[in-house]
Amino acid sequence: MNYPNIVNIQKYSVHDGDGIRTTIFFKGCQLSCWWCHNPESQNYFSEFMFDKEKCTGCGYCVKACDQDAIHISEEGKAITDANRCILCEDCFDYCLQNAREKVGSKYEIDELVKICEKDQMFYEESGGGVTLSGGEVMSQDIEYLEELCKQLHKKGFHIAIDTCGYAPQENYERLLPYVDTFLYDIKTLDDDVHQKYMGKSNQKILNNLEFLANHNANINIRIPVVDPVNNDEKTMLDIIEYLKEKIGIVRVNLLPYHSTGSSKYDKLGRPYLAKHLLVPSKENMEMLKKLFQDHGFKQVKIGG
Amino acid sequence: MELRGMNERIKKLRQQSESTEPRIFMERAMLMTDAYKKYEGEVSIPELRALSMKEIFSRKTITIEDGELIVGDKGAGPQSTPTFPELCCHTLDDMRIMNDRDLISFKVSEQDLKQQEETIIPFWEKRSIRNKIINSMTQEWRDCYEAGIFTEFMEQRGPGHTVGSEKIYAKGFLDYQADIEKALANIDYLNDPEAIEKRDELNGMHIMCDAIMVLGKRYAQLAREMAMNESDETRKAELLQIAANCDVVPAHKPETYWQALQMYWFVHLGVTTELNPWDAYSPGRLDQHLIPFYRKDCKDGILDETKAKELLECLWVKFNNQPAPPKVGITLKESSTYTDFANINTGGITPDGEDGVNEVSYLILDTMDEMKLLQPSSNVQISRKTPMKFLKRACEISRKGWGQPAFYNTEAIIQELLNAGKTIEDARRGGTSGCVETGAFGREAYILQGYFNLPKILEITLHDGFDPVANKQLGLHTGNATDYKSYEELFEAYKKQIAHFADIKVKGSNMITRIYAKYMPAPFLSIITDDCIRSGKDYNAGGARYNTNYLQGVGIGTITDSLASIKYNVFDEKRFTMEELMRAMDANLEGEENALIYNLVSRKTPKYGNDDDYADDIMKSVFQYYQKTITGRPNMRNGQWRINMLPTTCHVYFGEVMLASANGRKAHKPVSEGISPEKSADVNGPTAVIRSCSKMDHLSTGGTLLNQKFTPAVVAGEDGLTHMANLVRSYFNMDGHHIQFNVIDRQTLINAQNHPEDYRDLIVRVAGYSDHFRNLSKELQDEIINRTEQSFE
Repeated sequence: MNYPNIVNIQKYSVHDGDGIRTTIFFKGCQLSCWWCHNPESQNYFSEFMFDKEKCTGCGYCVKACDQDAIHISEEGKAITDANRCILCEDCFDYCLQNAREKVGSKYEIDELVKICEKDQMFYEESGGGVTLSGGEVMSQDIEYLEELCKQLHKKGFHIAIDTCGYAPQENYERLLPYVDTFLYDIKTLDDDVHQKYMGKSNQKILNNLEFLANHNANINIRIPVVDPVNNDEKTMLDIIEYLKEKIGIVRVNLLPYHSTGSSKYDKLGRPYLAKHLLVPSKENMEMLKKLFQDHGFKQVKIGG
Repeated sequence: MELRGMNERIKKLRQQSESTEPRIFMERAMLMTDAYKKYEGEVSIPELRALSMKEIFSRKTITIEDGELIVGDKGAGPQSTPTFPELCCHTLDDMRIMNDRDLISFKVSEQDLKQQEETIIPFWEKRSIRNKIINSMTQEWRDCYEAGIFTEFMEQRGPGHTVGSEKIYAKGFLDYQADIEKALANIDYLNDPEAIEKRDELNGMHIMCDAIMVLGKRYAQLAREMAMNESDETRKAELLQIAANCDVVPAHKPETYWQALQMYWFVHLGVTTELNPWDAYSPGRLDQHLIPFYRKDCKDGILDETKAKELLECLWVKFNNQPAPPKVGITLKESSTYTDFANINTGGITPDGEDGVNEVSYLILDTMDEMKLLQPSSNVQISRKTPMKFLKRACEISRKGWGQPAFYNTEAIIQELLNAGKTIEDARRGGTSGCVETGAFGREAYILQGYFNLPKILEITLHDGFDPVANKQLGLHTGNATDYKSYEELFEAYKKQIAHFADIKVKGSNMITRIYAKYMPAPFLSIITDDCIRSGKDYNAGGARYNTNYLQGVGIGTITDSLASIKYNVFDEKRFTMEELMRAMDANLEGEENALIYNLVSRKTPKYGNDDDYADDIMKSVFQYYQKTITGRPNMRNGQWRINMLPTTCHVYFGEVMLASANGRKAHKPVSEGISPEKSADVNGPTAVIRSCSKMDHLSTGGTLLNQKFTPAVVAGEDGLTHMANLVRSYFNMDGHHIQFNVIDRQTLINAQNHPEDYRDLIVRVAGYSDHFRNLSKELQDEIINRTEQSFE
């Protein structure tokens, strides 16, 4: 069994499924959406994040580093040489600004179950549960996931999977018995657009979605709306027609794009491709919501 | 159609209440002095107190403000605040400071100063209770008091902390006089050694009834006179109705909803003019008390929702017009506010155990929402039977961000009261007052005696009983920090010091209790508190059916994290030695040589508030020891000591008297408040906080206080309300006593941006997810700051 890396375990998570939930964010995803909010969860391995804004150039980290990997730049910021850094984390304890962070830790399944169990009282009161998200949870080690879901299911927790759909179909098949809701992302049916912005074809995604629908899974479609990628009537009508024909009338969440992840790219030392992409206007979002409603989708919501 | 929003009358009264500057009202002190000069030595003390009150109520200035429907003030009009020299005789300096200080100031005129100097000080300086208390206390007590190990509530204000019951609306003061006469006739002069004391006390109560009835008559008369000269017909009719109301109450029991409110207000004035009891006086279960009047009047066609709400709002203004009496010194520090903590409990259950929410409950919520006044403090009691609609309406008001209403757990309150020996009916009629204190309304004298500085005692324990701030040996010689070979040894020493200081505190308060019992009875409060008439005993001397003293523990978050830090870093993980830690703390955890220690203790150590048993178990051990050490001690009023966990503003003062602590808290910074985690210690969100807090045994206390912060966006929309309601229900299922929400405003976010280290626990709604504010980029923080204000749209 390969232990996946976990970015974060978010308690009181109220936007990823019903009620009060605990959301586990797994690290690693096959897609590379330009606007990804959580770029730190794209790679499957542990990474080092550094918040330059917070750094005051005090230099304590330089002294703490045995590898001579850190120096203070002319503008008074710590610079870490990735080639020398061995991710030992010694400098973390000395960083008074908490500007250094390691993303990605491994957990025993028992540990995760125990953490989820702590908030049982809240799930029961609110109709919440546990959400597995990412990154892409479905592309993690399936033995690990299956065991985790089995155990969570045994505890009686409602399980939601937040997925982009790009993962082996076998994985969906194996988790299906334990999962209560799939929060399933669709961006566009136009495969050229999909390949351009997501870096992969949407064929696998649609196949998996149809597979779930055919097996009576409870599906909640989530559509990130990005201007100008998919905020037009035509793109949405295609999705609507597709859903009606292949999936059925399901719950739909329209998630307006936000540039909130942009600063994380800096911290990771990566370029942000989505600079020119726009947040859809409120009117735009309302128009799309109405479009769904006019086509018989009763449960449509803007936001998570 | 229901009329939403304040009408013109209420807007005007509210505006007057909010814009008038608090000022000193000397008449009470002057008339009290006159009365003492006339009667002192001729009559018993309870009679003397009652005759003084009659003097005040017969002669003090009374006014009826334009538009008022409920009448009566402690002073002369809004924000006019009497002094109580028989308790605390202010020096001229005190009064000048009151006038000049930036916060919580009271205007003092030259004439006031002259009266204080020529009449009040010469007569009261030596007679005041404060003087008697200070003279009675030992040097040991004084040293601890000055060092900030504990405070003493009774030093400038009288015992009170109490709440009215349904009785207020069931009897008039003529009826009470009949009861008192009956009790007088039953005194057993053959066998009862306390017969004379009882006679004096009952005589005092009898005169007190006269005093309040005189006041009622004067208001009836004033209203009639004003009506005669009133040209506006509507106002004239109102004034005549006010006069008619004052013909009925307080002498007789109220017949209408309007009279019921006026009755409450007269009683309130009686209690708060007699003495300056802490937390003024509270109507308690107002919705339950008013509902029979409301229903009857609506049926009779003399009242509707709109009028009922307007009258409630008039009452709200009356509360807000009466600031807490001026405080000075440490008493001001521990309670630095104009708020006098009169508290209204809405909802809960009825005495026979049914859901207590009724039509008036919703009117009270609307009133609270529309008035947004500091006073009266308003809270809701949520029981398992409370409808979701009511809970959500309360959440809706609370998320507007001003902290009211606070939420109380009815089942927990009842269990706490049962644990303290109350009957089930008395428990169900009870609730919370002041901040969070549990009591059997109308039947209990539950007196808060002071705050107890739990983290400071660790500081002293680490210094062999020596207080490095006061520079005095205050505690026991239990060894220096480096002498403790294990965490257990240290904790044993800490426990010994707690017991040592608890003894000093309780000894002092017990003496003070007897000083009040002997020199400062409260016959008026005794009339309306069961069973003082029957027992012939004063409220301040154990006459109530139940008598409790509370000692309020402060800083549980700070003490837990400090002990956890020592246990984890020094003993378990051995990351550094005790010597190194002490050296770092002496240096206020600053400087390069202490950077590692500071970082480890402040960020990388288990902390209370994260649902981490490592820290939470330590919280439990401190709490349990403190609880056991105090609970059950006799309190000199035939009752017992108990604890609660609340700070008012004392956590700031208690922090001031301390150096840096082992959890990374810097010297002189506030300690944690209530049972909330230390600022910035909780990083796992509200469910983790609630879980940590629920590991404390709330039911063995008389109340705990938990603050939760949110940004408006986290609780926005219908979903946000539902999540809030679910959080409350979950916490209460786990026996949590109280929770209040602080929905963060824009300014706080700006502060959080400038001082992220102080706001590590602040959660904000970002886009499709929530995150810690400190973890967001500057641009994103800016964006959130800019959109916060309209996030309810």
